Amino acid sequence: MSTELPLIGDYSTPTAELSGARIGVVTFPGTLDDRDAARAVRAAGAQAVSLWHADTDLQDVDAVVIPGGFSYGDYLRAGAISRFAPMMGKIVDAANSDAKLPVLGICNGFQILTEAHLLPGSMIKNDHLKFICRDQVLRVENNQTAWTNGYEAGQEITIVLKNQDGQYVADEKTLDMLQGEGRVAFSYVGWNPNGSRRSIAGITNEAGNVVGLMPHPEHAIEAGFGPDHRGTDGLTFFTSVLTHLVGGKK
Amino acid sequence: MPRIVVDVMLKPEILDPQGKAIAGALPRLGFNSFEAVRQGKRFELTVDGEVTDAILAQAREAAETLLSNPVIEDVVNVEVVAD
Repeated sequence: MSTELPLIGDYSTPTAELSGARIGVVTFPGTLDDRDAARAVRAAGAQAVSLWHADTDLQDVDAVVIPGGFSYGDYLRAGAISRFAPMMGKIVDAANSDAKLPVLGICNGFQILTEAHLLPGSMIKNDHLKFICRDQVLRVENNQTAWTNGYEAGQEITIVLKNQDGQYVADEKTLDMLQGEGRVAFSYVGWNPNGSRRSIAGITNEAGNVVGLMPHPEHAIEAGFGPDHRGTDGLTFFTSVLTHLVGGKK
Repeated sequence: MPRIVVDVMLKPEILDPQGKAIAGALPRLGFNSFEAVRQGKRFELTVDGEVTDAILAQAREAAETLLSNPVIEDVVNVEVVAD
């Protein structure tokens, strides 16, 4: 297994228990960011396992990342067709099982998770109708999830945002519930880039094992390539899940 | 062959940015009579043979599960169109 190492920091000797973690990365037709997501998994010290949408074997992975892109060309609705892929059926079952498989949906992956009803609400076209690509500041609202436990509560991080259908919507009751139960994982800071209700950038399910967000942590894991050419704020997603897997709750 | 037509619209309370953009473009072409525009989707499901009640029920189920997302959309019409 070849390893790709970040340019700074000593990630060359991950502890044995962490390097044994297997994180699946799902590829659908039209997925774009699976390679980056797999790279982020490896940079965090775990093993990336490619999962194909049409397969039904989860290959004993310890967690799953559903990466961004335009699966099925966003036909019908973003994520609507991918949601019915055989692999998604397995992931939904595993996420809802007692084992509570950690699942992270990024961008199109978030859209797929809402279509699959693992997360409430939905995404519609940005309110300004334009594709947007920028460095975006987020506030960590919930650092108790499988994917955010390495952040400080209220910490502000900068990662890449790039999407067309990024406006998070849900009815008022659902929004009240999400905020009341601390299930808003990330909020946009500074401005609301797509008209999302209550500036919501990402949410979690009740158990905290399923997290979805529109911005892209996997593009901010390596100095020299992240926001402002130095940001590595996204790497903590991938180290958080390892902490979670070895039982280390924050 | 007969077709089952399914019409899906964004729920009234969901903002429709595309409809808003269209509404903004209409006056530029001199169409000044329209207050608002909402954009929906029309699906045509072609059936080989007669549309039975069972097939129509299947179409209604498909409309609610795949063709629309009940969180943001309503199925506003399901009807059979004969050719």
